[in-house]
Formats: sequence, C-alpha cells, structure tokens
Amino acid sequence: MTAASQLRLVADRAGPTFHLAEEHHPENGTLLGFWIYLMSDCLIFAALFATYAVLGRRYAGGPTGAELFDLPMVAVNTAMLLFSSITYGMAMLAAYRGRVKPTLGWLAVTGLFGCAFLGLELTEFAHLIREGAGPQRSAFLSSFFTLVGTHGLHVTFGVIWLVTLMTQVARWGLGPDMVRRLMCLSLFWHFLDVIWIGVFSFVYLLGVL
Amino acid sequence: MGTAADLHPLGQDGASSAPHGTRKEYALGFGLSVALTALSFWLVMAHVISSPVAAAFAVMGLGFVQVVVHMAYFLHMNSRSEGGWNLLALLFTALLVLIVLSGSVWVMYHLNTNMMPASPHEMMEMP
Repeated sequence: MTAASQLRLVADRAGPTFHLAEEHHPENGTLLGFWIYLMSDCLIFAALFATYAVLGRRYAGGPTGAELFDLPMVAVNTAMLLFSSITYGMAMLAAYRGRVKPTLGWLAVTGLFGCAFLGLELTEFAHLIREGAGPQRSAFLSSFFTLVGTHGLHVTFGVIWLVTLMTQVARWGLGPDMVRRLMCLSLFWHFLDVIWIGVFSFVYLLGVL
Repeated sequence: MGTAADLHPLGQDGASSAPHGTRKEYALGFGLSVALTALSFWLVMAHVISSPVAAAFAVMGLGFVQVVVHMAYFLHMNSRSEGGWNLLALLFTALLVLIVLSGSVWVMYHLNTNMMPASPHEMMEMP
C-alpha cells in the first residue's frame, strides 16, 4: 500500500471535518409532521366527545347507558389495548437493537391484542343492535356509535398498517427508514390508547354512574 | 440527541435521534396505567363513592392522570423532543380541545334551559 493511498484511507476514516461534532444535525421532519397529524386527529375526537357530551343523555325514551353498558367487558377491552401498548413498546425496543425476529414477534402479539379488542367491540355493537339499541334509536346512541366507532375504525387501520409494516420488516429488515415507519405507527398506536382512556372514562364509566 | 445517535447505529435520519423509552420506562408506565385503570373501574363497579358527581370527578381526574402517564412513558413526550415543537403542538391542541368541550357543554346547556318550549301552547304564544 502506498503512502498516498494510506493517507487517503486515514482521511476517509476521519470523516468530514468541516462541521462541529456536537452540531445540532438537521432533523427529519417526519415524526413532527406525523405528530401534527395526530393532533388534528385529536381535534376530530374532541368534536365527537363534545357531541357526546351534549347528546349523551338524550335517550328519547330508549335505553340508557346504565342499562346497556357491560362494564366487565369494557374492562377486558381496556386491558387488551393496554397490553397491546406495552407489547408495541417491546417491539420498538427490539427494533432499536436491530433484532428482526423479536420485533416481528412483538408486532404480531400487538396485532393479536388489537384484533381481540376489535372483536370484543364488534360483539358489543352487534349485541346492542340486536337489542334494538342501534345508532338510529336515540341521539345518545347515535353519538355513542359515532365516537366509539370512529375509534374502532382507527384501530382497524392501525392493524392493517401493522401487518403492512410486518411484511416490510420481514422482507427488508430494520433499516433507518423502517425504524422511522415503526415509530410513526408507535405514536399512532399509543395515541389510540390515550383516546380510549377518554372513551372508557367519559362514555362507559360516567354513563353507568 | 447525541447520546441516542451514539447508542444506535441507525444513521442520522432523525429516527435514531428521536426520543424513545427504555424497558424500565415502559414497565413503569404500564404499571401506573394498569393501576389507574383498575382504580377507575373499581370506583364505579364497587360503588365506592356514593355521590355520582364526586365519583364522576374522581373518574375524570384519574383519566387525566393516566393520559399524562401515557404521554410521558409511551409517547415519550417531553420539552426536548423535536426541539420543543411536539410539546407546543400538544399544548395548543389541548387548549383547543378544552375550548371545544367546555364551550359546547356550556352553550348547549344554556340553549336548553332558555329556549326549550315547554308545550305547543307556549310555543304558539311566543313573540
């Protein structure tokens, strides 16, 4: 190896020296942008919560929340979402370490909890509609189905997105782009859990009181 | 920012520099949220507080604390993420949510008490 090429190698290894090491490097705006999308989604839910707050006691002679809501089932549903939150956290920790198999495993568990949540919610909706307490029965039930259904729709799309990302991770591994996509879904998933706190407190627990 | 990039060899695309939790943080957040959820359900299902209004305030208070726990431990919200813009957007949204919720309830409450005609007869006599 000539002295010149060795010098070049050393120079390459040292890397560019024209910026400060502790410089605040340019941030990718994806996560901030996604966060702002989530905040706009939060406003949609705020409008639906406000609608429910206004109409939630307009029973039109129909069944009330205290008669309809099955709290043990809501508790199980809440547990499903909470478990899915912690398993998604585990998936992210595995993804940061670049370990594909544990990431996929935890994502699969998260997806299963999400599906269990959706299954229970659809069972509840079917039960309500069978009892004649469908969305057309009263203003209370219209606003209830709109609010809880919108949340369920978000979870559905979250599960679809999760399966998509699992396929991508299985095929392309855990590059920086993939970790960023997983982080966006992580924000989305935990955000849905936050909305669910509002739903079970404000709709179910207060509805039964 | 720098420490996260050092720990994770994922390049400098923002994903590695974004805040994220540790196993301990997730466990702590999970434990807290399970406790808070269980407490809310127990308050209502076991009829611990006799006054419904007091119970409602307790449930809403617990719910609020749990939202903060989720924001801190699962969404890793702090004043440093994305240079503070995340928190600013969150606070602005919280303000809007507060205005929308309290404003709707307030306005609709007064609409009902002031404008709901009691009977068809009263409605005929309205100016």
